[in-house]
Amino acid sequence: MPRVYFDNAATTPINDVALQAFVDQARELGNPSSHHGYGREVRKNVEEARERIAALAGCEASEVIFTGSGTEANNLAIKGIFWKRRSENPKRRVIIISTFEHHAILDPVHWLAEEEGAEVIEVPVTREGFINFEFLKSALENRSEEIALVSIIHANNEVGTIQPISEVVRLAQKYSIPVHTDAIQSFGKIPLNFAELGLFAMTISAHKIGGPVGVGALILKRGEDVTPLLHGGGQERDIRSGTVNAPSIVAFASAAQVAIRNREKNALYVASLRDSLKETIKADVPDAIFNAAEGEHLPGILNVRFPNTESDSLLLLFDGEGIACSTGSACSAGVQQPSHVLLAMGLSEKEARSSLRFSLGAENSRADIDYFHTCIKKVIERARAAYRSTA
Amino acid sequence: MKLIAAMSGGVDSAVAAARAKETGHEVIGVHLALSKNPKKYRSGARGCCTIEDSHDARRAADRIGIPFYIWDMSDEFHENVVENFLAEYASGRTPNPCLRCNEKIKFAAVLDRAKAMGFDGVVTGHYAITKESDSGRLLYRAIDPLKDQSYVLAVLNREQLQGAFFPLGDTTKEDVRKEASARGLTVANKPDSHDICFVPSGDNAGWLRDRLGSETGPIVDESGTKLGEHKGAFTYTIGQRRGLGITIPTPTGEPRYVLRIEPKSNTVVVGGRESLAIKAISGERAIWCGPAATSQKARGFVQVRAHGEAHPCTYWSETGEGSLHAELDEPIFGLATGQAMVIYDGDRVVGSATIAGTA
Repeated sequence: MPRVYFDNAATTPINDVALQAFVDQARELGNPSSHHGYGREVRKNVEEARERIAALAGCEASEVIFTGSGTEANNLAIKGIFWKRRSENPKRRVIIISTFEHHAILDPVHWLAEEEGAEVIEVPVTREGFINFEFLKSALENRSEEIALVSIIHANNEVGTIQPISEVVRLAQKYSIPVHTDAIQSFGKIPLNFAELGLFAMTISAHKIGGPVGVGALILKRGEDVTPLLHGGGQERDIRSGTVNAPSIVAFASAAQVAIRNREKNALYVASLRDSLKETIKADVPDAIFNAAEGEHLPGILNVRFPNTESDSLLLLFDGEGIACSTGSACSAGVQQPSHVLLAMGLSEKEARSSLRFSLGAENSRADIDYFHTCIKKVIERARAAYRSTA
Repeated sequence: MKLIAAMSGGVDSAVAAARAKETGHEVIGVHLALSKNPKKYRSGARGCCTIEDSHDARRAADRIGIPFYIWDMSDEFHENVVENFLAEYASGRTPNPCLRCNEKIKFAAVLDRAKAMGFDGVVTGHYAITKESDSGRLLYRAIDPLKDQSYVLAVLNREQLQGAFFPLGDTTKEDVRKEASARGLTVANKPDSHDICFVPSGDNAGWLRDRLGSETGPIVDESGTKLGEHKGAFTYTIGQRRGLGITIPTPTGEPRYVLRIEPKSNTVVVGGRESLAIKAISGERAIWCGPAATSQKARGFVQVRAHGEAHPCTYWSETGEGSLHAELDEPIFGLATGQAMVIYDGDRVVGSATIAGTA
């Protein structure tokens, strides 16, 4: 049975160059914080990786703080900036985010609200998948004195829409309010430049672009401090502690380099594959509905609603055909939940529960779409029968 | 065949899934999430509603080498099992939720969904045997009398049985554990589940009191004389002797038992053991696991508790009424309405009905 991987927004196949870099570095002995030859050698490779990533992300090397994951970088940004800003001025306890942030933003923000007295303002999003800019504008105007930070996702991970971050920054700068963006899905796939955007902080991650899991980075403006989450050594700019993960960092830089070198070519290719996937779905399932706007959109993400189905049936049936795709997210017990992103965009629970995300990457091919075409009608038919059985 | 293995996270369903796969079927493991808010860890011996259980089921599926999914059946379970359980108690009957779950969830919601998705049936770790016959697939007791679960499966009609697969009926529990261990399944020594899975504390009466209220009311004898106060009528069970809190002794010093619960007047009626004696049982909502019984009286056995004795009886059904009647050779004591009466012809399950009346 052929196997088709349409879940690149979850994680991507590791790039050969990155894997080789990882293996080579993992063979090297030495803690980069040690002051001897072994340590220096490893340290050199880490710093070169930092410089390469900085060049690719449009920031200075000193602005790259490596973390153990994108989630950690997001937590560091949200909690670190909140704590720091509130310690400077206790009035600042408002956090502005959008309603369709990734859980790695939503959860720390809600935690701060419950445990640390933060007040959350959630900017609504439109049915097309864009933040309500006017809402954000008036929140900034009315509450500017009390705002600790603004964090808006750069490109949404479930529907792929790209948010107007530079305008958000321009607005916030009027009040000197720091802006963070979760750019995990954007980095390496669309143009992204930390300095040009004028951001305070930005999160990126390796495994969404052919790098290894277990490494991410918070790009944090030079000269700015945030309150650390982890204490014990201060290896990364006294903000993040823990032995520096040299193999993963070196591989991260290699993957980023490959991704950005091929970015334009890949973006065109992946977008064309996505378009044919969309055409295939339209032809095979005429009543399918596409959940986000065209236009400002990541090349690889297609979020589709198949009326009168349940996404967990679809997932099982596609999986049975060797096709990997995804639904919103699952709770800790593994039960599928309706996507909070789609709910935020105004879909009903039932509509959200009948939606699937297909996320394509440069490793996909035309043959994958052709194979998908041979399966989809049967899958939809069976999912609809299952749906009727529970109705 | 393509089969869905319902995997609770316990040893039985894991071995059942492994056997089904080994027989050559294409098997997919499914863990049923029955609670909206599953607890993290098992407390005591309950097996189906915790994150730990779904993890155990997943690891068993990994080990067996089958795909694994979690199906959210919490709405169906709540509506058909939990709410029914409460409604039955509130009406003064004593329901058995395990039968209800088999009838409405495992071999209805799950089986229907499985069939719609192109599967042929559902495999479970129940201890029971099915045999093919000229009149379709029939249900029999398992060989291990201590584990036999044919009683809780006697609510499956012939069509449901057609899609039911019980690979463990020919094996003792002890051997199933040994087999699990030999197969490298980490759940080999996991304790059996008992009690009611959705009452995590195991305190049935307390759970019912929390949900149905605990209005006190009179405990009376058969003549209507008040003997004491009860703490919520539905938390008592017919035949119950302990915990009545009656301070007035009987003239003979004989113990008193709960005879009846009258939910409308919120009264618990107590009396001597002889008043509990039952010679005839009538059931409604009869379900036949094979050819239907007729108005012609037949000899067989009736069982009224999951692991109770099978009592010799004469049984018949009034056609068109979905009723089932049994006359017992010897009286039995303390039988609650709402429980299931299951008729056996030797080891074969004839059918079941919900007990509606006794005499």
